[in-house]
Amino acid sequence: MVNTKIFIKNLNLWFGKKQVLVDVNMNIAKKTVTAIMGPSGCGKSTFLRCLNRMNDLTDGVKITGEITIDNKKIYENGTDVPTLRRKVGMVFQRPNPFPKSIYDNIAYGLRINKVSRNKIPEIVEKSLEAAALWTEVKDRLHESAMELSGGQQQRLCIARAIAIEPEVILMDEPCSSLDPAGMFKIEDLIEKLKEEYTIIVVTHNMQQAARISNFTAFLYLGRVMEFGDTNQIFTKPKEKLTENYISGKFG
Amino acid sequence: MRKFNQFIGFTFSKLAVSIVILTLFAILLFIFKRGFSVLNPSFIFEFPKDGMTKGGIFPAIIGTLCLSFGGILFALPLGVMGAIYLSEYAKSNIVIRIIRLGINNLAGTPSVVFGLFGLAVFVKFFGFGVSILSGSLTLGILILPVIIRTTEEAITAVPKEFREASYALGATKWETIKKVVLPVATPGILTGVILGVGRAAGETAPILFTATTFYTRYLPDSIFSEVMALPYHIYALMTEGTKSELQLPIAYGTAVVLLFLVLGINLIAITIRYRARKEKKW
Repeated sequence: MVNTKIFIKNLNLWFGKKQVLVDVNMNIAKKTVTAIMGPSGCGKSTFLRCLNRMNDLTDGVKITGEITIDNKKIYENGTDVPTLRRKVGMVFQRPNPFPKSIYDNIAYGLRINKVSRNKIPEIVEKSLEAAALWTEVKDRLHESAMELSGGQQQRLCIARAIAIEPEVILMDEPCSSLDPAGMFKIEDLIEKLKEEYTIIVVTHNMQQAARISNFTAFLYLGRVMEFGDTNQIFTKPKEKLTENYISGKFG
Repeated sequence: MRKFNQFIGFTFSKLAVSIVILTLFAILLFIFKRGFSVLNPSFIFEFPKDGMTKGGIFPAIIGTLCLSFGGILFALPLGVMGAIYLSEYAKSNIVIRIIRLGINNLAGTPSVVFGLFGLAVFVKFFGFGVSILSGSLTLGILILPVIIRTTEEAITAVPKEFREASYALGATKWETIKKVVLPVATPGILTGVILGVGRAAGETAPILFTATTFYTRYLPDSIFSEVMALPYHIYALMTEGTKSELQLPIAYGTAVVLLFLVLGINLIAITIRYRARKEKKW
């Protein structure tokens, strides 16, 4: 791959004594959508959370191997984790807006990243537009984000993530708590966002992976069973296991 | 048989609740009946007269307000910072366990011990004298464990999702605590404040040697003034003076005022908490 954004080399992860990720190797290309799929408990979310060092928050975690984003090894000593997380944004499985107003939800990340005060209103509007939420909320920016529907909350979370201009966006099953209408809106959004961002989506919805991604990785018991072009994975999987999973024999 | 057991269980718990409520009402009724005769606006807004056999309790009300809020003023920042340290930064090790043990013991210490401590440290050692300052500091220490414990509970109850969202945006731990965790925990912290103020307003022993005086003709004019206080006033009326038949109703009246004062303070805090809750649904 020419434009590789993220190199993952021999990544192993343990929670206590339990090994969750085993020798994960993957190269992720710039401005593409990569889907990570696999059965529950295969380590998809854990893998995703390695990329912005979210696993650091869990007690008893041990990580070996290398992750390089833009030629910087993110697990090296002296890595400034907040700066890394600013660059690698995240959208969570359950929409988790702050119990603040819609406006403040987006302004929060801008304020802590020291964006100058007079630029904030403009960026809030731009981010909400980019997340296809602006027309729905423009008249109630100062109402609580908790009043929004689940799908709107999730788009707000996406707006919040892109407001601070990350380069990579990690999405951890962003549609799993949404209804189909909400899901399709998010999928359209991902389609649009990949023009500017490198996106990695965890999903256990295979149709979704097929619809939205350029590349797909199939994780099973902490190992990458197969990683490649989405079309190829879904039409001509190389591994028997991948084929079985895709055809619904287990999962 | 299982239904019968359930019936027995529910009946006993209903009975227990009834007894608690009835006792509470009995106390209120009793105090109110005894103190009712002296209650009128001048009782609240006047100074005591004729060797405390007549007049009002205004200086004691002011004194109690000063002491309670003074106590909170000291305990709230200390307690909140302490709770943040314990719940967010401290790793579970032997030192932390000793600190926690200390806090729990502090909560169980008889309040008169705090009074003696206040006398020795604030009144004598620091030379604050018998004053609002000494009394507030002493009450502050008394309510510190309540504030720490409720704040810690409130902080721990903040959903993980909010913290993660904040970290994922590049916030540091301190930014996350200050701007996400504390605002969300505020209603819970206010619960601690409610309990703390109630406790501070009602305590006698800690202020006995550190802040109060039997009678003063002046309202406090600085934090170094000594003050009258409602619970101590009740104590004084019951134990000193010669005309107990005139003092007794005043003591009960004072008790009613104290009860309503604490109720009022609690209502303010409950209102704040209710408003905060209404804005934050999750």
